[in-house]
Amino acid sequence: MELLAQNIINGVTIGTFYALVALGYTMVYGVLKLINFAHGDLFMWGAYLGYTGFTLLLALGLRGGPWMIVPVTIGAMLIVALAGVLLERTAYRPLRHAGRLPPIISALGAAFILESLARNIYGATYITYPTNIAPTGGITLLGDVTVSTMQIILLVAAFLLMGILWLFVNYTRVGTAMRAVSLDHDTSRLMGIDVNRIITIVFLIGPALGAAAGVMVALYYGSFDFTLGMTFGLKAFVAAILGGIGNIPGAMLGGLILGTVESFGASWISPTWKDVIAYALLALFLIVRPTGLLGERVAEKL
Amino acid sequence: MSQLLTRLRRVPMSAWYIILLAIGILMPLPMDNYLRAVMWQAGIYVLLGLSLNIIVGYAGQFQLGQAAFYAIGAYTMAILNIYLHVPIFLGMAAAIVVAGVAGYVLTRPILHLRGDYLAIVTIAFGEIVRMLLVNNVGRITGGANGLFGIDQPSIFGFRFHTTLSHYYLVLFFVAITIVAMQRLENSRLGRSWMYVREDELAAEAMGVNTIRVKAIAFLLGSAWAGLAGALYASRITVISPDLARFLESVLIFSIVVLGGTGSIPGVFVGTAGMVILPELFRFVKEWRDGFVGLAMVLMMIFRPMGLWPSRRVAIEMEADEENAVVPAT
Repeated sequence: MELLAQNIINGVTIGTFYALVALGYTMVYGVLKLINFAHGDLFMWGAYLGYTGFTLLLALGLRGGPWMIVPVTIGAMLIVALAGVLLERTAYRPLRHAGRLPPIISALGAAFILESLARNIYGATYITYPTNIAPTGGITLLGDVTVSTMQIILLVAAFLLMGILWLFVNYTRVGTAMRAVSLDHDTSRLMGIDVNRIITIVFLIGPALGAAAGVMVALYYGSFDFTLGMTFGLKAFVAAILGGIGNIPGAMLGGLILGTVESFGASWISPTWKDVIAYALLALFLIVRPTGLLGERVAEKL
Repeated sequence: MSQLLTRLRRVPMSAWYIILLAIGILMPLPMDNYLRAVMWQAGIYVLLGLSLNIIVGYAGQFQLGQAAFYAIGAYTMAILNIYLHVPIFLGMAAAIVVAGVAGYVLTRPILHLRGDYLAIVTIAFGEIVRMLLVNNVGRITGGANGLFGIDQPSIFGFRFHTTLSHYYLVLFFVAITIVAMQRLENSRLGRSWMYVREDELAAEAMGVNTIRVKAIAFLLGSAWAGLAGALYASRITVISPDLARFLESVLIFSIVVLGGTGSIPGVFVGTAGMVILPELFRFVKEWRDGFVGLAMVLMMIFRPMGLWPSRRVAIEMEADEENAVVPAT
């Protein structure tokens, strides 16, 4: 019982990270029908920029503490959001009408570039966040189940971000336009929507959320290296598929499910099998229900 | 540049292959062992590119997990040789069969998926295969360290132990593969593949059993990747789960697309660009992946059809551009 509760709490924590990254994949897929393979690396850049931010603030002689998380995360989100827009302008926009293959190759190429940059700038070794940032302690619920203060902060922040996004997409004009564009570019254009502007906004929001997740993942695990973008990114993508790609609540749900399943798999079966479980789940889903849990769209238009 | 390429494409294919074969035989002779090894490696990637070209180029199906079958081939041969002392060439035959069957069994349930979805499942399969190898399934894959101590191949008393002999072995298989591919391209099956690639619905309406045709593409493509894996293992004699890395699959995929999907000479051009060039620029090793990535992005922007597209694809892409009145969503 205690193990069950602990697994759920840890699973949900990791799940929210997956969900934040998955949102970036799913929003881009929604408007462009493109798998943004570089998204995982943008997310990773969030983690690296967070590291730079923390070291910078500490170098200024400021007292380290949890308060730093807010400005650093926002800074990382801004930079990565700009990088996302730049990525779209340079690598994806010229290929908007080039068919299905070229954008995939371009996305993979962009991922290589981002990864190579990270490895050369920060080195191929593990990056560890400064120790005096993360809050210590935690609370103990019924018996042995513990929730660390860090976990609580991250959970609240992640759900806050997702809540804001949900409100934005559903209750603002731009959000409505975003949903329209993901249904049909031409009709949206006829309705007076500037499709390119919406795509730019998507490439601002998605990478920004990814960057926030990057800082959070690095805070939660403590250290990471340049393979984070590929490994974590791919699994966040699995989460997006589970929920139904192109579907925003689906990405959130998919992330939570994937995190929980992984957490249980790691504790019941073996930690070395948790990635296999994630990918097997993906394969199973795509065979049985290609549209994902909440997806309604057919796999591909005929 | 592109005009020159267009003109070069008018030379008959068979003439190219004879020239290429002559170059292939003579070129490594004055080289040192390092360059011969690079050539050998390029040969392996040409085989891999040709294998994926069946799936991506001819049948138009996305396969981003091709390295899994490369690894399956290498491991099949290695396991048979190390534990059961099966001769290398027999092991190679087994590798082809096992990789082919694995390719068929794994992809058969997902053939109804199209485009991006197929790409995603194949990525997942690639990762699953790698994880199974890392986790030492059945205690015979050696875990993360992989397997070592594979024999050198020998036939009629001749042992392949120099780099040059291995290179010629690979060249031999490349030559056979090209002849086979050319025959395939113009066969009934090959035409069905291209029909499926261009318009699956229309193909089905014309009586092409699309699922079966696609399944055969995956079967053959995987089997050939298995051969490449076995050849790789027979020279290196040490293999690890890294063979099945996603990066490796991306490399093979890029070779096919950068060279020009569906084009046999394109695979050579793609290999030159993705494997030989980066290898020669080793002094900027740290930036290698970045440059490869940059090349991929720039190529797609300026020449999306690939460096040396097959004539059919080139014509279609030009026609598409002319007909594109309403931008596709």
